[in-house]
Amino acid sequence: MKEVRLGDLNVGASGRVAGLDPAAPPALARRLLELGMVEGESVMVMHEAPFGRDPIAVKVRGTLLALRRQEARHVRVSAESGAASD
Amino acid sequence: MTESVRLPLIALAGNPNSGKTALFNALTGSRQKVANYPGVTVERREGRLSTSSGKGLRVLDLPGVYSLDPQSPDEEVTRDVLLKRLPSEDAPEALVVVVDATALERSLALVLELKPVFPRMVVALNMADLAKARGQELDLQALSKGLGVPVVCTVATRGQGIIELLAEVERALEASPRAAAVAAAEPDHSVAAISARFAEVDRILKASRRHELAPSFWTERLDRVVVHPLWGSLLLGVVLAAVFEAVFTWAGPLQDLVDALFAWLGESATAWLPAGPLQSLIVDGIIAGVGGVVIFLPQIVLLFLFILLMEDSGYMARAAFLMDRIMGRVGLHGRAFIPLLSSFACAIPGIMATRTIENRRERMATMMVAPLMTCSARLPVYALLIAAFIPNRKVLGPFGLQGLTMFGLYALGVVSAMAVAWTLRLTALKGPQPHLLLELPTYKLPAWRNVLMGLAQRSWMFVRRAGTIILSLSIVIWFLASYPKSPEGAPGPAIQYSYAGRIGHAVEPVFRPIGFDWRISTGLIPGFAAREVMVGALATVYAVEAEDEEKLQTALGDRLAGSWSLATALALLIWYVFAPQCLSTLAVARRETNSWAWTGFMLFYLTALAYVGAFIAYQGAVLLGWG
Repeated sequence: MKEVRLGDLNVGASGRVAGLDPAAPPALARRLLELGMVEGESVMVMHEAPFGRDPIAVKVRGTLLALRRQEARHVRVSAESGAASD
Repeated sequence: MTESVRLPLIALAGNPNSGKTALFNALTGSRQKVANYPGVTVERREGRLSTSSGKGLRVLDLPGVYSLDPQSPDEEVTRDVLLKRLPSEDAPEALVVVVDATALERSLALVLELKPVFPRMVVALNMADLAKARGQELDLQALSKGLGVPVVCTVATRGQGIIELLAEVERALEASPRAAAVAAAEPDHSVAAISARFAEVDRILKASRRHELAPSFWTERLDRVVVHPLWGSLLLGVVLAAVFEAVFTWAGPLQDLVDALFAWLGESATAWLPAGPLQSLIVDGIIAGVGGVVIFLPQIVLLFLFILLMEDSGYMARAAFLMDRIMGRVGLHGRAFIPLLSSFACAIPGIMATRTIENRRERMATMMVAPLMTCSARLPVYALLIAAFIPNRKVLGPFGLQGLTMFGLYALGVVSAMAVAWTLRLTALKGPQPHLLLELPTYKLPAWRNVLMGLAQRSWMFVRRAGTIILSLSIVIWFLASYPKSPEGAPGPAIQYSYAGRIGHAVEPVFRPIGFDWRISTGLIPGFAAREVMVGALATVYAVEAEDEEKLQTALGDRLAGSWSLATALALLIWYVFAPQCLSTLAVARRETNSWAWTGFMLFYLTALAYVGAFIAYQGAVLLGWG
């Protein structure tokens, strides 16, 4: 199992949240946490928007959350399946 | 102070999409008041109800939040009301936390966060029917025990569980009458605290959930198409085109009806009142002025109907998801495309619809550019000038020159809006792009009651505005165009001698470089009431008369073609793309921005763009020999 960033995952990839990047802006970090991006949660990338495959929709704690890849790069994930995108 | 002010106040809080507003509607029915919180443009919704025991209660529908750690003015209001930091608000005596039963893992965390802050609480487990249909089985007693607060199942859209919920609320109110839920603790937003709350939610659910929730059958299947990069984009295009088409075609007959109604009112008033200043004020000023704006009500109602349906079904969030990248290029939020789309019908509902944008800078930028979208009031002016001046001949295969000109005017508006938004977000509204973080809720069939109530509220807001601001402006403009009267037996149209005519004459030197003579400048003044009034005003200035509207258009077109150069017509078209020729829009902008400075800026920058644009068009056309 390798650690990747949520924002670099392809559609269909899943893993467990390992934590947030300490460099994440505090307001963003708090909102990510409130929406369920806490350590140990399983996450799965469900969809991506057209035009640069951004933003993405991620399943977490039973809800579908849309966020930009740039924001999702603050979420560290232990990948389970699916390759990181290039 | 009325009696109702002293009724106990209960507050509704919950995550966005938890069905909080549906529950509020189910609780209070039509006994609602929608206003703003003082000093901010956050909607304040209060309603009244009486319980089965006859007790009267006031209910406050607080803006949706994920926590008490606010990131927008709406969320700040919720925090301040619950922490009793808002001096204008009575402290709620009990709190109902509305929880989406199909998203317990996420939404119960709010209950745990609010409980120490506001102990007198009842949890409404809303959308209980959907959760059950997806196989979720809960031990309510265990859940209530785990959370430490009473839990009631509700289906707000069908009014189920309301009586039980109110019984629990009454019990809560009676249980500790004095200790009226004094804030016991400051909310804790540390990583450790948030993680601990989620861990606690997991523990409670483990003890109380007998059967897990299956994924939503329809949501997963629909999303394979709806948010698919290719199919989703095509579908969005079709949906937007359909909305656009409906707003223009379906509204047509209704608009004719409104038109006929106001024409009838005008005729009746003419017949009833003796000819004179009073008749003129009521017929030409009030009825014609208000009618000129109310005629857009059918379009506005239809547009809001589509917006509410898209919001209620869960499609709106997905549309914002698909559009985020494009809108983000010019520094706007994905959600901004709906207000901008609305502005094609009328900028007033467009500006009102920006309330769904949380970030102040993005919202402000969206409001500033909304008037650049070609609203339907410009169409009659475009149609008149294009028919009179642009030759009706085919260029580029099936496309006619007239149609292309019309398209060009629309495109110019859109491109300018994007450019202005981009410039604003780099300068006056500079700031980091706020995060997206948007929940894509499960699809639901829209609940008609909620849609209709939302529609009624929004339409009423518009009518009320037409009845106040627009009414008074209509009177001012009527006065300018009617007084002073022309001297007895004086040659030329009467309007020439009025204040409007004098202003038109006075500003002629300013407008000469863009090819407008005093007649056009005079016609622009009544056009401030509503853009399309310009057509009638020009007919007055040029003293064109005809028995019906169609003939008037043709006669006026012929007359204009005879007296204006092509350069002047082009300059006027460009002027109309940009000019803030609509006092109602400015009035709404003032209200929604809550700032005279921003309203002034809107007026200034649009006028500047209009002048420069018309100048370039006129002088360019003259150089090409079209003067």
